Formats: sequence, C-alpha cells, structure tokens
Amino acid sequence: MTPLLQVENLAKFYGARIGCTDVSFDLYPGEVMGIVGESGSGKSTLLNCLAGHLPPDRGAVRFDTRTDGLRDTVTMSEPERRMLGRTDWAFVHQHARDGLRMNVSAGGNVGERLMAVNARHYGDIRSSAIDWLGRVEITPDRIDDRPTAFSGGMQQRLQIARNLVTGPRLVFMDEPTGGLDVSVQARLLDLLRNLVRDMGLSAIIVTHDLAVVRLLADRLMVMKDGHVVETGLTDQVLDDPQHGYTQLLVSSVLQV
Amino acid sequence: MISVENVSKNFVLHNQGGTTIPVMAGASLHVAKGECVALVGASGSGKSTLMRMIYGNYLTAAGRIMVGDVDVAQAAPREVIALRRRTLGYVSQFLRVVPRVPTLDVVAEPLLLTGTGQEDARAQAAELLARLNIPERLWGLSPTTFSGGEQQRVNIARGFAFPYPALLLDEPTASLDPTNRAVVLGMINEAKARGAAIIGIFHDHAARDEICDRQVDVTHFTPGLAA
Repeated sequence: MTPLLQVENLAKFYGARIGCTDVSFDLYPGEVMGIVGESGSGKSTLLNCLAGHLPPDRGAVRFDTRTDGLRDTVTMSEPERRMLGRTDWAFVHQHARDGLRMNVSAGGNVGERLMAVNARHYGDIRSSAIDWLGRVEITPDRIDDRPTAFSGGMQQRLQIARNLVTGPRLVFMDEPTGGLDVSVQARLLDLLRNLVRDMGLSAIIVTHDLAVVRLLADRLMVMKDGHVVETGLTDQVLDDPQHGYTQLLVSSVLQV
Repeated sequence: MISVENVSKNFVLHNQGGTTIPVMAGASLHVAKGECVALVGASGSGKSTLMRMIYGNYLTAAGRIMVGDVDVAQAAPREVIALRRRTLGYVSQFLRVVPRVPTLDVVAEPLLLTGTGQEDARAQAAELLARLNIPERLWGLSPTTFSGGEQQRVNIARGFAFPYPALLLDEPTASLDPTNRAVVLGMINEAKARGAAIIGIFHDHAARDEICDRQVDVTHFTPGLAA
C-alpha cells in the first residue's frame, strides 16, 4: 500500500533555534496520528510545515496526489500546493475564527469551499451546506446566521463542516478541542471519530491533551525541543512509555 | 493461533533513577484454535503484563509473539491496528469510551469498523446487550454512568461483537452475579466452539475450571520468582 503522506528528514529552524528537526514518518490512508508535547516542543511548527503553511528548511513531504502519485509538496509550485489545500487537504485551527469568515453566514462559510472547487449551482451548494451543517449538529434554521452569533463549540463544528465539505483525504488539526468546555469537547470528539471512520479520513492531530489522543489517534508521536523522542501505537506509548520524557508526561496527568 | 516464544520484558523507570525492573523472561506458550488457556500465578507475577504484550499494548524486549501470521513483537503500528480490528479481541477489566456515546453505539463500534452497516451493527449490539441483561432503557445512555457490573457487561458485549479468531479475556466474570456469569461463560464456550483461540485470566476458579482446557503458571516466567 502507498502511504498517503511520506515525511522524510523534515527540519525547520528559526535562526539558530530549532523549530523541529529530523522528523520522518509515513501516514497510511485511514490512519489518525497524534502529535503530543509541551508548549514550544515544535509540534505546531511541524504541523504547519506539513500543511504547507510554513516553508521547511530541509526535507521532503510527499503526498499521494490523485493524478500523479507521490509528489513532494515542498518543491511543488505555490498554485499546486494551494489547490491541494482547497481539495485533498483540510486544516482545522484551534481558534475557529482563524478558519472561518466571521462576517459571512454559516451556509456561506461551507459553500465558499465548494465554490473554490468550481461548484456553481446555488441550489446544490445550499443543499450540501444544509447536509453538512446537519452532520455537525447545527440545525438548518441557523444557516443564515453569522459565526459571530455562534457559541465556541458551534463555531468549531462549523469550521469542521467547512473543511470536510469538499471530501478531503487528509485533515490537519491543531488543538481541535482546546479551549472548549469538557462537555462540548466530548461531543466534538465523538463527531470527529465518526467522521474519520465513515469517510475513511487520515488525520494528523496536534494536541497537548493525552486523553484526546487516546480516544482519537491510532498512532502517537511525542516531541520535545523540536525532536521526536518516541513514536508508536497510541495505547502502547501511553501505557508503556519508553523515553524518560514520555514517562514524565504520562505520569504527570492528573487523575479525575 | 497464538504462539508466544521465549519472550522477555523489562520496565526502565527513567525518572526514578533509571531503575530497571525485569518483569518477564523466557515466556513461552501456545494456544490452538478452539482452545482456552488460563494464565495463573499470584498477583504481580505478570499475567496482565503478558496479556498486554500479546495485545501489543506493552512492548516486547525479545522473543516472538505470533498471532495468526503477525509477529506482534515486531509489527508496525498499522499492522497491530489491522490485527486488532479483525483478528485479536481483548476484554479488559476497564471500559474506556468517549463520554456521552450511547451504550448501543459503543457495542456496535467493532462491527462498524469492520464494515457492517449501521442498522445491522446496532441490531447485533442490541441482541448482545439483551443477552447480557442490560435493560433496554439504558441502551441510549453512556455507560460511563453505569454500575461496575453493568460496565463490565457492556465491555464484554463489545469484546464479543465481532467474531475474532483470537481473544484475550482479563477477568471477564469478576463483579458479575450468578445469572450473568453463566451467560458470559456460555458466550466463551460458543467462541471456543467456533474455533477461537482464547487466553484468559480468571480469579473465579470455578469458572476457570469449567471453561479452560489448560493452565499456564506465569510464575515460571517471572525473573527472581522462578525457582
């Protein structure tokens, strides 16, 4: 089987400081990988390099494109990379307002992604928007409301609908449940799990919440100071951590 | 079906002075199709550790653990995931679920993951829950609020939803009343009859004697304990 994403020796430096370095992994279709580590460990830098938001200084990020197979997204042209960002990739930001247009209606937010891939029929766009709002549990009577009128949890669900409407194959998520109430977080986790399972999505989820990765991710990568210190099956890394830092991380979780 | 060959494991505690604790050495065991083997030994002798190693939840330092044609000790994460999806089931002592997901969906999940349709999966899950005497009025609720015995039965229903060819059972009859205990033993017997290879830990000795074909004393694999 061809990996969907193949990352080789990726590195990003901020001057003399290390953003992230020596990162290599393969992600296969349908796999969900979590990246954990404390603030400043380089996990968001890595995610942004993978998603084409930051240019890495070294290394390759090969994506299995629909037409040409594995292509290095670091060296491909900007328009090609942007096209991937609109079609096969999705990026869910921690703060929904970074991923939404706050002064456009909920339906418009979802429809815009469809128009970017050349959907033109108003009725079709509106019915897909209603369908997707339903899937993320936003009732159709809210379709003409702006995200500013939504709660934080609803904004996050709207952002997910906007991202998934074009049927991407790879979703990048940066702390998707960060800053939400635990009750809202549980609902969002359940939603994400079902979407991943039903659509066969692959996803890379950056978070510092070990409980979130345990429930969402098949595989886990632990980062510290820009380096990957441990990788493996999620439950194995959490239940039998090998690296001292991972042991510290796991043993520091407060019990409820 | 399950073959453990000369397996060993240490725990290294990096944050406690790098203490190395050898927990398993020279462990070997074979389980054929349709056979049920009990792991026995005192608390702390490594029964659950061995079971977790077979499931790929704990890493193995040396040796081979074959489940079907996959060596769990060497397999890449995605191979272990595929193995767990269709070949190797595990009923742990604790139920771990996404909060707020209805019990019926928790039990149906292994079926949904292997391609059964929503309706069908829910119908099979309902059948299992009914058999395990979970009242229907609870099916729409999350099992996180259930009693210990109810959670245990939901866990068993989930573990038996898909007909895995290999099964690991960690205390499946603990905290069950006699009626439900009999139901669970019946389910284990049916799994044996359809050819599943089963490894179990039972502190319930009567259940163990009734259901298991053999016993393996894990104490022989415990470094420092084996005499």
